[in-house]
Amino acid sequence: MPPLASFFLKRLLTALPVLFIVLVGSFLLLEAASGDAVDAYIARSGTLDAQQIAQLRMEWGLDQGPLYRFEAYVTALAQGDLGWSTAFERPVTSVIAERLPVTLLLMSIATGLAFFLGSLLGIAAGARPGSVRDRLLSTGSLALYAVPGFWLGLVLIVVFAVDLRWLPIGGMESIASGKAGLARMADIAVHLVLPVCALAMVYLALYLRLMRDRMAEIWRDPFVKGLEARGLTRRRIVWRHVARNAVLPVITMLGWQSAAMLGGSVVVESVFSIPGFGRLAAEAVARRDTPLLLGVLLCSAITVIIANLLVDLAYGKLDPRVRIGR
Amino acid sequence: MKTLNLEAKIGAILLVLLVLMALFAPLIAPGDPLAISGEAMLRPFASEAHWLGTDRLGRDVLAGLVHGTRTTLLVAFFSAAAALIVGSIVGTLSGFLGGLADIVLMRITEAFQTVPGFLLALATISVTGPSVPTLILAISLGNWTQAARVTRAEVLSLRERDFVAAARTLGMRPLEIAFREILPNAFGPTASLAAISVATAILIEAALSFLGFGDPNRVTWGSMIAEGRTVLRAAPYLSIVPGIALVVTVLSIHLIGRGLSHTERLQP
Repeated sequence: MPPLASFFLKRLLTALPVLFIVLVGSFLLLEAASGDAVDAYIARSGTLDAQQIAQLRMEWGLDQGPLYRFEAYVTALAQGDLGWSTAFERPVTSVIAERLPVTLLLMSIATGLAFFLGSLLGIAAGARPGSVRDRLLSTGSLALYAVPGFWLGLVLIVVFAVDLRWLPIGGMESIASGKAGLARMADIAVHLVLPVCALAMVYLALYLRLMRDRMAEIWRDPFVKGLEARGLTRRRIVWRHVARNAVLPVITMLGWQSAAMLGGSVVVESVFSIPGFGRLAAEAVARRDTPLLLGVLLCSAITVIIANLLVDLAYGKLDPRVRIGR
Repeated sequence: MKTLNLEAKIGAILLVLLVLMALFAPLIAPGDPLAISGEAMLRPFASEAHWLGTDRLGRDVLAGLVHGTRTTLLVAFFSAAAALIVGSIVGTLSGFLGGLADIVLMRITEAFQTVPGFLLALATISVTGPSVPTLILAISLGNWTQAARVTRAEVLSLRERDFVAAARTLGMRPLEIAFREILPNAFGPTASLAAISVATAILIEAALSFLGFGDPNRVTWGSMIAEGRTVLRAAPYLSIVPGIALVVTVLSIHLIGRGLSHTERLQP
C-alpha cells in the first residue's frame, strides 16, 4: 500500500474508538437528563394513563437495562436515526441536515480568511523577529486574541449596521426578497460579512501568533545560516524556507480549531440570528430538547473528526516525510 | 528568578487590580448589584450617583461591573485549576503506566477534544442546571485535555531517568513513584498552560451567561452584555462597557502568560 494511503487508513482506524467513546458519553448524558422519550411523547401528545405509559415504555424498550438501551441507541444511530426533537416536532436528523450547511459555509469562509490573513500577517511579523513591525503585530494579535467573538459581533453591528448602515443587522438573507441565482448569492454574501468577521478574528490572531513564533524559532536553526552563507536573498529565505517550514504546525492546528470554531458559532449565530447548526445547540438547551442537543453534540464530533482527517490528508500531501512513509 | 518583562508587569498590575476589585466589591459598590437603584437608562458620566449610567431597569452599571468581576474570576480560576489537576493526573497515569492504560486514556482524551468544549459545557449545564459549582465543572470538562497531553509527553521523557530507577531500587511502589517523583517534575510545562486555561474559562463562562445559561442569581459580564443587547440601538454602551472589562481581563492573563513563558525560555 502507498505510504500516504496507509497513513490515512491508520488515522481513520484511531478515529473509530474515539467516536465510540463520544457515543458512550452522549448516551450517559441522555440517561442523566431528567425525563425519557416517553415523557417527551406525553409532553407533545397530551396525557396518557399509567397503563398506556407502561405499555409504551415496554414497546420502546425503556424498561430494559441500560446495556439494552445503549444497544438500541447505537442501532438507531447506525441507521441515521438521532431520535425525535421535541422542540421542532420532527426527527433530529432532518432538523440538523437543514441547519448544518449554513454553519459549514460560515465556518469554512471564516477558517479560510483566518488562515490566509493570519499566516500572511504572521509571515510579515516573523520575517524579522524583534523588529518594530513584529512588536506591533504581536501585541495587536494578543489584544485581538482576548476579544470574545460574540461581543465583537455586537460591536460590529453597532458600527456597521446601526451607525453606518452599510450592512444588514442579521439573518441569512433578506426575507421574501424574491431574489434568485446570482442576486441571491450576493444577498447571502452581504449578510455573512459581519458574522464571518466576528468568528474569524480570534483565529486570525491565533494563526498570526503561531506562524510568527514558529518562524522566530526556525531563524535560530543552523540551516538558515547555511542559506545566508550561500548568498540567498532574504526574501527568498523568508518565503521559500522559513515560512514554508513554519506553516506545517499551523495547518495541524486547523483541524482541532474546527472544534473551537463550532463552539464559537453557537454564540455568533445567536448574535446575528442566523438559522444555523450552532444556534440549534442553544435552542435545544433553552427548550429542554435533550435528543436534539445530543444529536448536535454527536454531529459536531463527527465534523471535527472529518476536519482532522482532511487536515491529515493535506499534511500528507505537503510534508514529504509523510509521503515517503517515515 | 529573572525579573518580569514589561508585558508581564502590565498584565500582573491589571490582574491585581481586578482581584482587588473582586475582593472589595461590597465596599466599592454596596448593596445588591441586581437591585434597581435609580432612573433607567442613564448615560455614563451623566449622574454622580451612577458613574457609568444605569441599564434598562435602572440597575447601576458600575455595581454590575464590579460584582461581575467576582463571578468571572471565581469560575475561571477554579475551573482552570480543576482542569490542570485532572489533566496532569490523567497524563501522569497515561505516560507512566503505558500499554493498554495509555491507549485507553489517550483515546478518552481525544474524544473530549473532539467535542467542542463550549458544546460540552452547554450540555453539562442543561443536565445539572446553572450554578457556580456546576459552571466550574462544565467548563473544566472541556479544558483538561491539553494538560493531559503535555503532562504525558513530559512524563514519557522523565520515566527512564536515573532518579526514577533509584526510586524503584528504594522499593517505592509504582503509583508512589508516579505521583511523588515524576508528577512534581513534569508539572512545569503543564503549569505554563495555566494562563491559556484561565483565559479559555473566562470566555466560555461569558458566552454561556450571554446565552442565558449562567448562574441566574449572580451578575456576570456576559449577562450584562445580553441585557444591553435588547437596547443595542438606543444604548450601545450597555453592551460595550462589560465587553471591555472582559477584554481587559483576558488580555491581562495573556500578558502574564506570555511574559512568564519568555522568562522561562531565557533561563539557561
